Amino acid sequence: MARKVVITGLGATTPIGGDVPTTWQNALKGVSGARTLDDEWVARYELPVTFACRASNRPDEVLTRVEAKRMDPSTQFAVVAAREAWKDSGIEDIDHDRLAVAFATGIGGVWTLLDAWDTLRDRGPRRVLPMTVPMLMPNGPAAAVSMDLGARAGAHTPVSACASGTEAMSMGIELIRAGKADVVMTGGAEAAIHPMPLAAFNAMQALSKRNDDPEHASRPYDTARDGFVMGEGAGALVLEAEEHALARGARIYAELAGSGVTADAYHITAPDPEGLGATRALKAALFDARAQATDVVHVNAHATSTPVGDKPEYTALKAALGSHVDNVAVSATKSQTGHLLGASGAVESVLTVLAVYERKMPVTINLENQDPDIPLDVVTSARDLPGGDIVALNNSFGFGGHNAVVVFRNV
Amino acid sequence: MASNEEILAGLAEIVNEETGLAPEAVELDKSFTDDLDIDSISMMTIVVNAEEKFGVRIPDEEVKNLKTVGDAVDFIAKAQA
Repeated sequence: MARKVVITGLGATTPIGGDVPTTWQNALKGVSGARTLDDEWVARYELPVTFACRASNRPDEVLTRVEAKRMDPSTQFAVVAAREAWKDSGIEDIDHDRLAVAFATGIGGVWTLLDAWDTLRDRGPRRVLPMTVPMLMPNGPAAAVSMDLGARAGAHTPVSACASGTEAMSMGIELIRAGKADVVMTGGAEAAIHPMPLAAFNAMQALSKRNDDPEHASRPYDTARDGFVMGEGAGALVLEAEEHALARGARIYAELAGSGVTADAYHITAPDPEGLGATRALKAALFDARAQATDVVHVNAHATSTPVGDKPEYTALKAALGSHVDNVAVSATKSQTGHLLGASGAVESVLTVLAVYERKMPVTINLENQDPDIPLDVVTSARDLPGGDIVALNNSFGFGGHNAVVVFRNV
Repeated sequence: MASNEEILAGLAEIVNEETGLAPEAVELDKSFTDDLDIDSISMMTIVVNAEEKFGVRIPDEEVKNLKTVGDAVDFIAKAQA
């Protein structure tokens, strides 16, 4: 019998709140984190997209000046969210050799990398900061979290674009089941609201261009959706072996019952139109969790609001859940937070865990005309989850054909 | 041309910016590594900032000889002369 994995701590810093309570209250209410960017570089580069979902709290205002100086913004977000989750877990005495980290990012320290390049060109090699390499490396967030917590059972960085955060949780399950750790700090962080990634994502026609109306730009499942809205921030979840959590009398939010990770092997950016890879991930996750399709009551969908991405996820849900898909209430919270790329799976897992724990679902905003090809039951106003035993899913998919699904069950 | 006192004050400012140490803790007889707990990466940042502030060049191979704050003040004063 595999060890059961439970969730005992949550942390988040997002475009709709600087911590978990604020993010959660706003997620239930339905607010937009999207704003017109007031950075001078928007005009300097004549960027075709002029808005994004900025994190509501700047991490360098939460951390000390010296801490912030030595961390890329992505790592700053990671440390802020991980500290909240750690405090929330209430863990005090722990064997640090049995504490691991699986903290993801999609892109890594892109601000540091590009600032250093600017410095090299403008001021020469002598002015490139000695901290540049540790700040830009994609394992920076995991390493900083590991140092911060004294986690010595390995610090891992799954990188699978926008599936990264969810894949980190899958890795956390495996570490605990394999007996390599008793507690794993999992999560994802991203800070890519920089002119280059905005230009690059726009070049592939992935971003919404609704510059005159940012708050209504992220609109998953709506017929007028025209791309995703870039977000930033981090989510963190403390995974713990059930017996470890019970022994210390911990508050348990939910069981992380299983995961499924697959690859489309189809196209580098376009999702398999039949959603075959996502279907296999969903089926694998349910199997891993020893759950039936009919147990599922709620899905936090990947649903980024791109014209091509939202539909295959529906196709996959239908294939994996059969006719039960009509009974499942779906939240597309990127409508509020924007797309936090490698952090999205972690932030959305925090929301899914709270949905199971509080029996309330976060809402989907900006759905005015639902795409008739995606006839899902979308949660657009506050709605409760039923009592009794329930299962909820969080889906994440990333460029490269990465599919990751995690399964939560009430305890 | 800065006086030794001005160089010390300027260095203390740079060290404070990089490490958060109080400027008054940066005294001439203090060792960068043993007393001020400054690692090699922070030391290189301090060196480059000092070069810019005082308009001098501190070669990489010279940095290992700057054991104390006083060593750095002396080096900068000589380099400026």
